[in-house]
Amino acid sequence: MSEGGRRILVALAGQQNAGKSTLFNALTGVSQHIANYPGVTVDKKSGAYREHGARVEVVDLPGTYSLTCFSPEERVVRRFLEEERPEVVVNVLDASNLRRGLCLTLQLIELGQPLVLVLNMMDVAERRGLAIDLGALAQRLGVPVVAAIGRKGVGCEELRQAIRRVAAEPRPSRLRLDYGEAEPALERIEAALAARPELGAAKRRGLAVKLLEGDGETERLAAKTAGADALLAEIRAARAEREAASSGAIGDGIAATRDRFAGETVAAAVTERRKGHVSVTERVDRVILNRLLAPVFLVLVVWGIYELSIVQGYELTKVTWPFLASARNFAAAILPDAGFLYDPQLRALGLWMVDSANTLLNYVPIFLILFALIAILEDSGYMARIAFILDRILHRFGLHGQSTLPFILAGVFAGGCAVPGVMATKGIPDERARLATILTVPFMNCLAKVPLYTLLINIYFAEAKGLVLFYLSTITILAALLVAKLLSVSVLRHKETAPFVMELPRYHLPTVTGVLRRSLERTWLYIKKVGTVVIAVSVIVYALLQFPGLPAERQAFYEARAEAAIAEFFEAMRGNSLAAAVPDQRALTDLVNVYTAYRAEKLNAQGAEASKAVDARYEERHADFYPFLKRSREADARAAAGALKSLAQERKTLRRQMREERIVNSLLGRVGRGLEPVTAYAGFDWKINVALLSSFAARESSVATLGVLFQQEEGQSDTLESRMGAEQRAAGYSALGAVALMLFFALYPPCLATTIMVRVQTQSYGWMLFSIVFPTLLGLGVASAVFTLGGVFKLSGLEALSLTYAAALLAVLAVGLLKRPFGKALPPPGIPAQRSTMS
Amino acid sequence: MKGRFLEGGRRRRRAGWGKGVWGKGGWGRGGWGRGGWGRDGGPGKGVCAHCLNDLAPGMTCRIARLHGCGAIRQRLIDLGLVYGTEVTLIRAAPLNDPIAIRVGDAVLTVRRAEAATIEVVCV
Repeated sequence: MSEGGRRILVALAGQQNAGKSTLFNALTGVSQHIANYPGVTVDKKSGAYREHGARVEVVDLPGTYSLTCFSPEERVVRRFLEEERPEVVVNVLDASNLRRGLCLTLQLIELGQPLVLVLNMMDVAERRGLAIDLGALAQRLGVPVVAAIGRKGVGCEELRQAIRRVAAEPRPSRLRLDYGEAEPALERIEAALAARPELGAAKRRGLAVKLLEGDGETERLAAKTAGADALLAEIRAARAEREAASSGAIGDGIAATRDRFAGETVAAAVTERRKGHVSVTERVDRVILNRLLAPVFLVLVVWGIYELSIVQGYELTKVTWPFLASARNFAAAILPDAGFLYDPQLRALGLWMVDSANTLLNYVPIFLILFALIAILEDSGYMARIAFILDRILHRFGLHGQSTLPFILAGVFAGGCAVPGVMATKGIPDERARLATILTVPFMNCLAKVPLYTLLINIYFAEAKGLVLFYLSTITILAALLVAKLLSVSVLRHKETAPFVMELPRYHLPTVTGVLRRSLERTWLYIKKVGTVVIAVSVIVYALLQFPGLPAERQAFYEARAEAAIAEFFEAMRGNSLAAAVPDQRALTDLVNVYTAYRAEKLNAQGAEASKAVDARYEERHADFYPFLKRSREADARAAAGALKSLAQERKTLRRQMREERIVNSLLGRVGRGLEPVTAYAGFDWKINVALLSSFAARESSVATLGVLFQQEEGQSDTLESRMGAEQRAAGYSALGAVALMLFFALYPPCLATTIMVRVQTQSYGWMLFSIVFPTLLGLGVASAVFTLGGVFKLSGLEALSLTYAAALLAVLAVGLLKRPFGKALPPPGIPAQRSTMS
Repeated sequence: MKGRFLEGGRRRRRAGWGKGVWGKGGWGRGGWGRGGWGRDGGPGKGVCAHCLNDLAPGMTCRIARLHGCGAIRQRLIDLGLVYGTEVTLIRAAPLNDPIAIRVGDAVLTVRRAEAATIEVVCV
């Protein structure tokens, strides 16, 4: 064709729930790109397809109900249409709810956009007994109309054709709505606009309507033209004239005119065959939203998600973990070999990074299941109903019905991740509630908090495990509610708020591809965002734990001890027939490494079969070292194995002592010690401080760091629980200290990846900083209060935890049930009127 | 149906959860643009004689006037709550707030605070 190499820009516009995204996917296939519009947290989805040599670029605009400029989405759409001037605007409508969708269509027509109308979800409309006369619709509106079923890809070819035709020959609609009483004022403005052709003749009518409504964005546009003052004066005069003549607001009359026209259009083009029929959705809702059954069903659903994703997902990680473990072994094999005392920096750092990545990747199966289930909830339409059921409670605490999804993602029931949680706050239309949600989502118990809880519970509360775990998993919800309330009456009180006006979509059967796509998309985002940040930070934490390292004289001391141990080994081997296998120190280092690896593999091997397989592998691979490893009755081999064992143990001890000394000396260790005077009130010693500091990178590392700090003595293979327990008890720690630590950890600031997501979602470093500082102070305050008061009143750990829980519960009930405890301090209504129009 | 409304700006309290905060029973500050809007989204100060909030489940009425303003008002308009539209209250949430209403073919949810700013007349 002659238009070879041509680029056609197509914008998809439409209301939420009209199936815009499915249609977008059907049009563009896999070649998609998601970015952010500058300055706002609105996703910009774009994709492209090639047709007849032309490259058609499709941009999926955010879903909007109209083209005012009250919400960021609407502003984005307005600006895109204004600045990018797409060749074709595809207006997607829900065929089964035409009347409301047409209001946006009418505004697009008035703004002179080159429109193609797509009636999506025709199958739904058909099932509801609606017969739509496309020809009548096209004629009445003066734009081409295409029927489609986005989920099945039906109508895509027709849509592409229509796009091609409109792009080749745009023909603006001749439709001109009669606004009745407002017409004289409109004509006055239109006449004034006609003198300014730079504003565009095709959209003059639309601009005039917007200006009469007092639309800020359009006024700014008009103010940029030459002689704007006269124009604006003219507009104001026309508006005053109109306002004086009518009783209601101008906007009402205009909206009602559009609605009336939409109603007439629907009446002319749509025939309903099954009027009075009770839809399936309504029948389902009668049960699911029933006053008594709704809470039961909600609890069942939440429990189902927990059971499937966390419990079953955890089972699945047992299957996937060996793959990650073998990845670590692979990395260990290709990295430079370990030395006798010192590992090459490259090896240590490489393994450290692999370990950090593995802890995160380990959760991937859980997230895949969790995100798939949540996609099912969203697509089926139940998520909106959860918001409907819970809004009353959440609203009490300054949150929003739609805060439910972020909280579930972040782990309401112990297990989740705050990163997707914070990400999911995007959909909350109420700015104040959205910020409150972002700042309280990290309180939820994410998967990474669980290991520390489990560790401490096993040490101190072995006999009351269930109760303590219940306390911990619910106290975070109480804390989140209280903090949300506190924030929304203090720092957030001047933020814009919005009403809870939401559509309850009809129930849909989610499609497999849709659910899989969403689940993979979100999981991939988790891996990408969290993975990169956590690995970067793990390097920093590594450096902070390594440097400045040991002083020279300490190094010499350890080297001397190592030399002595090696000399002892060679002494023991003198005259032994196996001595030929270790001619020099290099070979000896190899031997010790092989021995350590062999012991580790034997320990992990499950069952006699696997154990034999390990033996066979080592016999084949390290034939000359194998006599040292194998249990044998031969005198030489036994002596050699004994000498090697004591050497390996001495090496382990030396390495542990060096590591501990290095950490004590390290920058992070110094900070941990420096913080001791402050954290002493909460009962944290420097080791715990270091663990908490390092857990800022990723919460998992708290337990890993504790593992390093509470190193086991030689020859022991105790669990971290018993090691830490023994050492802590020896140092005078108690269950009370553990309670303080767990409470601090529950309220602890979000991990680094989450704070970065907070920055992305709030577009502000200030809130990011707040999300770190506030929970730290809160957590430290609570932990100190519990530890100090508990010490004064000689409470046991369980008593202290129970009392704290009771206090939190009482506070929540007080805020929830008492009538507006903070309301009186707020300015009277009336002021929001100016605020919301200004901002 | 008309008899189910309570007269004189007092509204029926709903089982346990109702909030009769709106006492003045009149046209607050006059004009459509003011009032009717609790600052923290708390119970709205009703300004209309009969409002959407007063309907019992299953009742249908016609919208007479919106007393909200700004973004809130626009959102209601966008969702089809414009002058003359028929609205049916389907049900209240388990905790009585928000409420689900049918507008045209769609089901919307509105908080009682917002519903209190929508003036309706019986059909």
